[in-house]
Amino acid sequence: MEKKKIVEELKQKFPEKIKETSSDFGDDTVIIDRDFLGKLVQFLRQEPYEYTMLLDITCVDYLGREPRFEMVYHLLSLTEKHRLRIKVPLSEQNLSIESLASIWKNANWLEREVYDMFGIRFYGHPDLRRLFMYDGFEGYPLRKDYPLRKRQPRIPLRK
Amino acid sequence: MEGSFITTKFNHILGWARKFSLFHYPFVTACCGMEYMSAACAHFDLDRFGAGWTRFSPRQSDMILVVGTISQKEAPILRTVYDQMTEPKFVIAFGTCAVSGGIYDNYAVVQGIDQVIPVDVYIPGCPPRPETVLDALIKLQEKIQNQEQDWKWKKRK
Amino acid sequence: MGPSHPAMHGTIRIMVELDGERILNSEVEVGYLHRGFEKTCEHKTYFNLLPYTDRMNYVSPLINNLGYVMTMEKMLGIEVPEKAQYIRVILSELSRISDHLTCIAAMAMECGAFTILLYKMKAREFIWDVIEQTTGARMTTSHIRIGGVRSDLHPGYEEVLKKAVIETRKVLKDVSGLLDKNKIFMDRTRDIAVVSPETAINYGWTGPCLRSTGVYFDVRKTFPYLVYDKMDFEVPLGERGDNYDRYMVRMKEMEQSLRIIEQAMEKIPKSAARTMAKGMEPAEAIKISREKRVDKRIVLSPNLEGSEKDKYQDILTKSKKVVVPPKEDTYTSIEGLISHFKFFMNEHGIRPPKGEAYFAVEGGNGELGYYIVSDGTDKPYRLHVRAPCFHVMAALEEMIHGHYVADVIPTFGSVNMIGGEMDR
Repeated sequence: MEKKKIVEELKQKFPEKIKETSSDFGDDTVIIDRDFLGKLVQFLRQEPYEYTMLLDITCVDYLGREPRFEMVYHLLSLTEKHRLRIKVPLSEQNLSIESLASIWKNANWLEREVYDMFGIRFYGHPDLRRLFMYDGFEGYPLRKDYPLRKRQPRIPLRK
Repeated sequence: MEGSFITTKFNHILGWARKFSLFHYPFVTACCGMEYMSAACAHFDLDRFGAGWTRFSPRQSDMILVVGTISQKEAPILRTVYDQMTEPKFVIAFGTCAVSGGIYDNYAVVQGIDQVIPVDVYIPGCPPRPETVLDALIKLQEKIQNQEQDWKWKKRK
Repeated sequence: MGPSHPAMHGTIRIMVELDGERILNSEVEVGYLHRGFEKTCEHKTYFNLLPYTDRMNYVSPLINNLGYVMTMEKMLGIEVPEKAQYIRVILSELSRISDHLTCIAAMAMECGAFTILLYKMKAREFIWDVIEQTTGARMTTSHIRIGGVRSDLHPGYEEVLKKAVIETRKVLKDVSGLLDKNKIFMDRTRDIAVVSPETAINYGWTGPCLRSTGVYFDVRKTFPYLVYDKMDFEVPLGERGDNYDRYMVRMKEMEQSLRIIEQAMEKIPKSAARTMAKGMEPAEAIKISREKRVDKRIVLSPNLEGSEKDKYQDILTKSKKVVVPPKEDTYTSIEGLISHFKFFMNEHGIRPPKGEAYFAVEGGNGELGYYIVSDGTDKPYRLHVRAPCFHVMAALEEMIHGHYVADVIPTFGSVNMIGGEMDR
């Protein structure tokens, strides 16, 4: 099928940059290094693939594994009718990655959310600050070492 | 003993007037808002209890209906809105999230409105059926009728 | 324009810089309804976190359920019986209609047309009646389960559903007569907040907002799931991408959803008529089961409706490990009892293989996607939701730039921001 070819084509074009590809459960996934993200994305946006829509940016915290974090990008191609997943592992010592906010405008808010929840810095981002949590909140809630019930009230609570 | 018959009658009339003309401010945040909309619209009507018109300003309303989950980010705003209301004021906590934090026991949700403002009536349910809302409104009306009304000249003395 | 405003949409804060009445700069602040959904889900089993998914997009709750369940079914690789697929389609189209009804009702109410709100709430009550008689709850139902649906459509559902469809059509006709060519409404919404298709794709828009700019993308047609490929429906497109087009796309989509419901009602496979043998009481059955296997039907209490064995082949998959076993088995045979408590016990239960999966359904606002990472235990390692209205709201600052303050209200209404979905 044509869909499988995309992952293999990428592997042929960039054999040393793409670390791993897989198709678990029917989802095509590509694992790359953090330096290659911008170039791969620009490559995928052109013909004939046309992955013009960024669906989602998120992050997973694998506590106890090195590298600890892993950024996950989902892309969609309207012409090919295909979704692609790009994963970029990040280690805790160097928790930053380049921002896609100049390419896709919704990356602005998506990266702010990842920064808010996980603490990953995006260099090149125009305005990196918290999105969901309030100023004065310390810590990054979705990391595995933040306890679920640790509350930081904004105003003094009664009783 | 002087004037006690008159003051109780006046109390009664003032209570009657207050309970049947409740102007409420709906502080709607989450899913219970849908049940609030159902309760306020034509099928189950809030208007027939006198609480029809939503006053879109806290200064003009005497009841605040806190509907839905209140997160930690929202708590100071609730406090500000409550402080802006004029006496006499009543609070109804609508839905389990407002009553006690609901199913969300985590870093981001206030575990119950009464950690922020004093509450008069609690409505449990996730979301509560509109009939429950009407029942709660009637209970609040009874409470208003039976409580000591605070009159201006009493306080000035 | 503060976090608690009387528009019945949700809590959001828009800080605007004005020159007279015109907006020069604006900044949108979200997160006032952040309830920690993703972190809570890491501490609950796959079965227990169904009610949390209901409460995200609370105007169309069954679609959220559906998205989560279909992602799990993709990971587990199980096949759902056909009748359950039709029931899921009917329920999710009813939810979609109720979503669009609420959106337009709130938008029209803020423009001053209060009667539209009352008409649409009336139609919504009929729809919620159908949902209540089938699932038991009006709004947050948790009806769609992994492997199928919780229970069959209630007996006599055809009349109630037909009545809901007729009433909704009447209301849609009334409302479109009131608003479509209404000069005041058109002045307030035409050519306000125009978005071009390239901008919309760049922002990652999906759903009615994207279709109003003219781009044809509907998850039901592009990546068909359930039985949507057997249904015959159109996808309405807009031209200009302004508020009026978003309103019209939603009105037309509701008509298409009604068509889908009517087709599903005809095509749904009827369950074979079973001779209802006289049942026996549970106590007697338990006594008999100690000596030999019980073959007759057991009379269950009405609270356990939907857990009977003879209905299971219609509504739930055959795979044993992912569904709650039927009550007759649980009461009378030891294998049933074991499979029941193994389903609920800690560390047992639904355990998908290690890996990750992403699946998207067409929600009321667009592509609602679930990304689940599993590490082989009974709790998800990470659950992420791709909320469609998050991306639409990211564009709001650009949309209201240069317009008047009074234009913010219909723009915000037409975008259909649901706080629970955006902030999770």
